[in-house]
Amino acid sequence: MSHPSPQAIRAEALEALLTEKGLLSSNAVDDVINRYSEQVGPMNGARLVARAWVDPEFKERLLADATAVVKEYDFDGGQCEKLVVVENADKVHNAVVCTLCSCYPWAVLGLPPKWYKDPAYRSRIVREPRELLAEMGLSLPEDVDIRVWDSSAEIRYMVLPVRPQGTEHLDEEALAALVSRDSMIGVDRLETLRG
Amino acid sequence: MDGIHDLGGKPGYGAVEKRDTDKVFQDRWEAAVFAMVGAGVGAGAWSNTDRFRHAVERIHPQAYLTQGYYGRWLGGVETLLVEAGIFSQREISDRALALGAAEDDLIAARPRQKPDPLGPKPIASGSIRPIAGVPEFSPGDSVHTKAAPVAGHTRLPEYARGKCGEILAIHDGWIFPDTNAHGLGEQPKYLYTVRFTSEELWQRAGFSVNLDLFEPYLSLNDNEDEAS
Repeated sequence: MSHPSPQAIRAEALEALLTEKGLLSSNAVDDVINRYSEQVGPMNGARLVARAWVDPEFKERLLADATAVVKEYDFDGGQCEKLVVVENADKVHNAVVCTLCSCYPWAVLGLPPKWYKDPAYRSRIVREPRELLAEMGLSLPEDVDIRVWDSSAEIRYMVLPVRPQGTEHLDEEALAALVSRDSMIGVDRLETLRG
Repeated sequence: MDGIHDLGGKPGYGAVEKRDTDKVFQDRWEAAVFAMVGAGVGAGAWSNTDRFRHAVERIHPQAYLTQGYYGRWLGGVETLLVEAGIFSQREISDRALALGAAEDDLIAARPRQKPDPLGPKPIASGSIRPIAGVPEFSPGDSVHTKAAPVAGHTRLPEYARGKCGEILAIHDGWIFPDTNAHGLGEQPKYLYTVRFTSEELWQRAGFSVNLDLFEPYLSLNDNEDEAS
């Protein structure tokens, strides 16, 4: 096994000091792991997307006021004091980033993947989104309008992907299983695009 | 602050490494750092997210790029715990050395000798606040952003400074990070979503970037004579 990183050792040191001073409870770390591994994750956002695909009235409410809709679901996780859902279309593609830190809608998507927090994604998606998305496996035709959302305040963003063709026979639960986390960040599309 | 954190549009960071695992935390210590953020607030070392974000921005820039997201958070937590006088940095280093750290390990935290005042506690949960007065701008207005850099915390990224955009939406009153991070109070301001074209930002076609910006960052463009 490799030697632990300097930050891993320092975290261990600070955790011990905080615990000895009674400032960190002994189950706090396990609680964090359980909460963000089990209760909170992209399955919450996927439920909203699937329902929007089958229920036009719900979709209208979701696009008009996602904050109110999310309150009805009572998702755990926080970071959704105000949520805005932006809709993809055949010729519109949305992608979400936080260039200044790593803001992300935890209650609907869980904690962000590592690449979302890394400098490469944060620096490039606002400057060369078409090239970056192609590198990440999503080639968008030149006539698709790309809209990047840089979460520079406390509003959080989620993408509503286009419903894939050939899914008419699927129910809401089966549809939710098709919705990837990356499609709700906007670095993936679920349908095949024709240029 | 034009720090290492202000990454939008900066060249040189290479390809996105999309190597995901199903694990939310790659290692236990990352979850421990997550828990320590709650502990730091509970201990009274800080009481708002803006102050924490600014502490992360102030860490050693090399650590910012090499120690990962939770390494950055650890730097912010340690900075604020030391600035609040809860631990000395020597005490933390001694414990780390006892646990196998090396003398020349890169330490992310950079606490100040004379930290900002802690400032007032939040008057309520969340960041939306009642605000007096009417918004200065309306959807459709053409605005430009402040061109001058800010020494402290701000949420106007460098790449969107001194640029023209269009107001897309108004979002009520929100805590102003530029004052709140420094213990100067919540001072809520109107918040707007502003759309910038890729032509305006980067002199190239094909996309737009939308940012959520506070009213003090913005000024109305005069009719037609913004050509200079």
